[in-house]
Amino acid sequence: MTRRTPIATGSDWSFEILLAFEGEIARLADEYRLDTYPNQIEVITTEQMMDAYASVGMPVGYHHWSFGKQFLAVEQAYRRGQMGLAYELVINSDPCIAYLMEENTLMMQVLVMAHACYGHNSFFKGNYLFRTWTDASSIVDYLVFARKYISECEERHGVAAVEQLLDACHALQSYGVDRYKRPSPVSAAEEARRQKEREEHLQAQVNTLWRTIPGLAPTDVLAGGHDEEDPLGLREGGRYPPEPQENLLYFIEKNAPLLAPWQREVVRIVRKMAQYFYPQRQTQVMNEGWATFWHYTLMNRLFDEGLVDEGLILEFLQSHTAVVNQPAFDSPYFSGINPYALGFAMFSDIKRMCQAPTEEDREWFPDTAGSDWLEAVHFAMRNFKDESFIQQYLSPKVIRDLKLFMVVDDDQQEMLEVTAIHDERGYRRIRESLATQYALAVREPNIQIYSADIRGDRSLTLRHVQESRRPLARSVYPVIRHLHQLWGFPVRLESVHEEEVARRYHWPLPEEERRD
Amino acid sequence: MTYFIDRRANAKHKSAVNRQRFLDRYRTHIKRSVEEAVNRRSITDMERGEKVSIPARDISEPVFQHGPGGKRAIVAPGNKEFVEGDRMRRPGGGGSGDGAGEGGASNQGEGMDEFAFTLSREEFLDFVFDGLELPHLERKNLVDLDEVRPVRAGLSKEGVPARINIVRSMREAQARRIAMRAPIRRALREASQALSDEERKDPVLRNPARINELKAEIERLEKRLKAVPFIDTYDLRYNNLIDQPQPSSKAVMFCVMDVSGSMTQAHKDIAKRFFLLLYLFLQRNYEKVELVFVRHHTAAKEVDEEEFFYSRETGGTIVSSALTMVDEIIEARYPPGQWNLYVAQASDGDNWDDDSITCRDLLVERLMPRLQYFTYVEITPHAHQALWEEYERVEAEYAERFAMRQIVEAGDIYPVFRELFKRRIASP
Repeated sequence: MTRRTPIATGSDWSFEILLAFEGEIARLADEYRLDTYPNQIEVITTEQMMDAYASVGMPVGYHHWSFGKQFLAVEQAYRRGQMGLAYELVINSDPCIAYLMEENTLMMQVLVMAHACYGHNSFFKGNYLFRTWTDASSIVDYLVFARKYISECEERHGVAAVEQLLDACHALQSYGVDRYKRPSPVSAAEEARRQKEREEHLQAQVNTLWRTIPGLAPTDVLAGGHDEEDPLGLREGGRYPPEPQENLLYFIEKNAPLLAPWQREVVRIVRKMAQYFYPQRQTQVMNEGWATFWHYTLMNRLFDEGLVDEGLILEFLQSHTAVVNQPAFDSPYFSGINPYALGFAMFSDIKRMCQAPTEEDREWFPDTAGSDWLEAVHFAMRNFKDESFIQQYLSPKVIRDLKLFMVVDDDQQEMLEVTAIHDERGYRRIRESLATQYALAVREPNIQIYSADIRGDRSLTLRHVQESRRPLARSVYPVIRHLHQLWGFPVRLESVHEEEVARRYHWPLPEEERRD
Repeated sequence: MTYFIDRRANAKHKSAVNRQRFLDRYRTHIKRSVEEAVNRRSITDMERGEKVSIPARDISEPVFQHGPGGKRAIVAPGNKEFVEGDRMRRPGGGGSGDGAGEGGASNQGEGMDEFAFTLSREEFLDFVFDGLELPHLERKNLVDLDEVRPVRAGLSKEGVPARINIVRSMREAQARRIAMRAPIRRALREASQALSDEERKDPVLRNPARINELKAEIERLEKRLKAVPFIDTYDLRYNNLIDQPQPSSKAVMFCVMDVSGSMTQAHKDIAKRFFLLLYLFLQRNYEKVELVFVRHHTAAKEVDEEEFFYSRETGGTIVSSALTMVDEIIEARYPPGQWNLYVAQASDGDNWDDDSITCRDLLVERLMPRLQYFTYVEITPHAHQALWEEYERVEAEYAERFAMRQIVEAGDIYPVFRELFKRRIASP
């Protein structure tokens, strides 16, 4: 191997040095077929990083107190030294925006470029979830539109009214996503143009739906809400909506009887943002694992080619080790499974089983073992999300290395039970269970719109399908209160276990109903 | 393809608006914390930020979540001695000894009981003095217009680059361009028309010389058209600022403190804290307020702020000495026609036997008619003495402009201060 001189030594950086490193990383990344959006690397200060943090990394965002709260929390933690700021932040956009903090050492800057600008960036561009659910080229434009629209609303309707509405929408944010239908990307300019049109159209639709005197059933008004017998067959229209709706915010936007057009638009904005973040919530392990895997590979290549010196690579290894450290469950530092550690272990393991397959690998992964590793990791990156990735690729070796074990906590049993450990009998069960742990559908309660009583008292009924008898947390009341604000009429939530309603929640609370 | 952007020079505090929204929303919570902080802090310690805690449940953003209960499986790393089928007790009370309980619940956000953050010094003082003002502040002496303020006054053709009015400059430039190009355009149109007329003629009748001439003319005109500059120096317009005399309300605050022997160290401490609060309030909200510090035991003395707050001196008590001195200073330096006059007095209520009546007379006859507002705080846990009683009679006479309160312990300072200076709706 030819020993070339390192591009730079020491820990100070300059733009020339960064540019030189970036060029080298780009060359190597190309060798590994990492397909990326163009990079826009922005050098910022600590305070700007805190700002970026508070707005979930978005370069522009609308104003809301919760972002202020976030900012104060970050600032406090940072001041107390509890938390180092993340060294990097990267935004799924085209061009892909990555932030470098000026305080970082040269090593950190190089590491961040490899990690964010090539690791995350190629993941954003390649992974199927991001490809289907987000539109990198238009997100920044959309954010600008959203910010402008919301500040206009604030001017017209007052900050308090908009804030109240946003609070309510944020509470339902994770239920603002179509999980199965692919959304169509729209550019911001078009969005703004369409918005006006939509306002009118939407309102017309809602008006039709809530017509109190429908042409077909003129006596509907008189029928009231208590007529069980329904002699005139006024309720034969069936339940509305005919199918349960999982996208709560979408349903609200299209059907809530009393919302003003601008309010519907705000609901839509929150929904669009939720959709944009939806893939990120589902690919934490993969995304971080992929980026970590590549910064590790690329940094080592830089060292092999003599482009960085021993000092820098040692500093890197120290930092890398800290990132992929997985404290054991009984350690005081334990806070769940470290996505960096798990993801990195899994991608490295795919490479290992391609290059040096064991008997076990051939038995467990007949397709992957012994194949081209670069092809294999790219395939894994493109076609999975955390849930399916773990289901597919979590190997016995990784389970053994991390010493994973499974505990069942059943409130009908007095004791917790260890049901699987890293042995022959346990591998599959652990893999199954860990995959479920990352499934969004299981992590978040399954709640759908069941019916809206459009012919009666206009109440809205939701259904929560219990997963293994797990009940809802107490936060359910504030959330349905928010939902009630949006809907404008009574809201019911039925918690269903095995086809039977186990518990009902109402808002307004029944006492108040009686008083009415 | 990659490019670097150095954003370090850009504005920070992008979150300032969001931060302010948050502070506004939790105003009442924060105020409570600030109040406690003011009472807790030492005298010299007002000028810094404050850590504020709000119960986390008050500011949580609720979402649908799984509650405890039901059956769930958790996968956790770092198994040491467990084998399949082992049973163990549920980890109680959230101890970190057995992490299995926390294993799967990484998305729960209910860990913290208190949401703590730090207010900056500015924000802190904003909250401290929120809703306070100097009562009865009037604009006096409007003729004395020695203060000026720059105000916008239309546009001018001359100015410094920082004041360029871009919109107006561009409009001028456009107008000039239109005006300058119009005749050239017209000539150009005519020339092209003539050229095409010429070219449409029968080849026999064409005049090649004429055609060349027209072509040259068109070229010349096009060049001239291009030569019209997009923007020129005489297009530039600058925002014009002129200095406008500004009527100001001049005010002076007399801080009168008793430092006699009967004031214990604790009393003096309370008095100083009261004045410090007053001092900060005035400095912060009224740039133009002058301060006069007077301390007295048997004799009064005008001192600077350093001495007022920090020096030690004791003796007997003659309150009227201080009031006389205030009167003299007003006489000498602050003609009531031009100044808003305020007096804040702190004492333990102890006074030389017959002096309290003198005080009352001084107040009623000399001072009160000229003052905007007089506040008196008595720092004593004991029964009131003659001075308080005499002052009560003054209060009866000047209810609007005379206020007195009692402070028993340090905790009363801030509430009393707020009461004395709370914003009032327009006064007679």
